[in-house]
Amino acid sequence: MKQEGDDNGNSPEAIAMVKAVKRQLEDVMDPELPFLSVGEMGILRDVIYKNDHTICIVTPTYSGCPATDVISKDVLAAARVVDPRSSVQIAMSPAWTTDWISEKAREKMTQNGIAPPEGLSHDRAFLTGDDRIIPCPICKSKNTKLISPFGSTACKASFSCNTCLEPFEHFKCI
Amino acid sequence: MNKPQHKQALLRLGDDALILGQRLGEWCGHAPALEEDIALTNIALDLIGQTQSYLSLAGSLNEGESQTDDQLAFHRTERDFKNLLLVEQPNGDFGDTIVRQFLFDHFALLRAEHLASQTFDLEAAAIAAKAIKEIRYHADHSSKWVIRLGDGTTESHERVQKSLNELWKFTGEMFTADEIDVAGIESGLLPDLTILKTKWDTAIDAVLKKSTLIRPENGWMQQGGRKGIHTESFGFLLAEMQSLPRTYPDATW
Ligand SMILES: [Zn+2]
Repeated sequence: MKQEGDDNGNSPEAIAMVKAVKRQLEDVMDPELPFLSVGEMGILRDVIYKNDHTICIVTPTYSGCPATDVISKDVLAAARVVDPRSSVQIAMSPAWTTDWISEKAREKMTQNGIAPPEGLSHDRAFLTGDDRIIPCPICKSKNTKLISPFGSTACKASFSCNTCLEPFEHFKCI
Repeated sequence: MNKPQHKQALLRLGDDALILGQRLGEWCGHAPALEEDIALTNIALDLIGQTQSYLSLAGSLNEGESQTDDQLAFHRTERDFKNLLLVEQPNGDFGDTIVRQFLFDHFALLRAEHLASQTFDLEAAAIAAKAIKEIRYHADHSSKWVIRLGDGTTESHERVQKSLNELWKFTGEMFTADEIDVAGIESGLLPDLTILKTKWDTAIDAVLKKSTLIRPENGWMQQGGRKGIHTESFGFLLAEMQSLPRTYPDATW
């Protein structure tokens, strides 16, 4: 009798389980950007099924990002609501890039006062942002200046707006 | 290269990042401006993250029971640390810290670029590929400061030139190959240090030119870190870094 399954030979139950875990993980937020989910940030790479349980694949944004531990714990807790045997696997490769941050997530960043990464990471001019115009997320002015290439978390740089005079953070492009 | 040599090569990568990260952490709350305080500690954080990855990998190559990154960082003694002498040098003034960072960043970047492209150790390649993005950012930051201080006021120029002159004797160690390097180069894991040196010279010279600083002569070079023979201040650094886990061995966050 023919069994319906996916390309990896997983059973329909396994496929349903992966789907349910993925749905559950939509509510897991990035602790440093609590208005964005780990999926929207590209931190949650995938959910797979192996050896009778689901595995959530998570990648750190920066090597030393202290949020990675919290994210792993939150992902595990959420996944286990659906699959009590679920586990988390940290994948270093391929290295996380801001290119994985969805369009919707970039819009949400702006709405929350953070200038999103501009352009693509492989363009070296985007590296530090100081050779680039980073529009103010508050008043949209293009008259802004870099205060420091580092900020409150590993992923952000500090800017200030010359028009509305407000300081703001820019999500670095890596 | 054999397994113990492979482990040693990874320990060096981890120890360079760990000790420099620890030094930069000492600036927390003491940097000349809030932005620099944040910058130096952010760089420290990246380095400690790279340390965790390299040391965990090194610990997994033990013949017997594997060691965790924490065991390696907090429960080894002075002679077991194999970092470059450059990275353990005291912070000094802000200029000393920036020059130390500048000299190391460009070396670390070239080394990581090789590590990311080799296939002898794919886990090390993945760690390096991630680290490159961070180190590039650090190198950009330290280079800009070298230019700003060198091409700044008379005082900043003189002081940063002095930092450069004093730290220069620790640069030779980065490019001196010993038996671990030779085995690592043969297996493909580690870069050819002669080629690396040429690229490093080009990168350093370009920044020094803009900074109006004079490149010191290659005189006597102090070495020993790779053999576990450290400079005077290293013991104090280690005592501070290890005091908590050694006093409370089961302490957790
Ligand atoms: Zn504005």
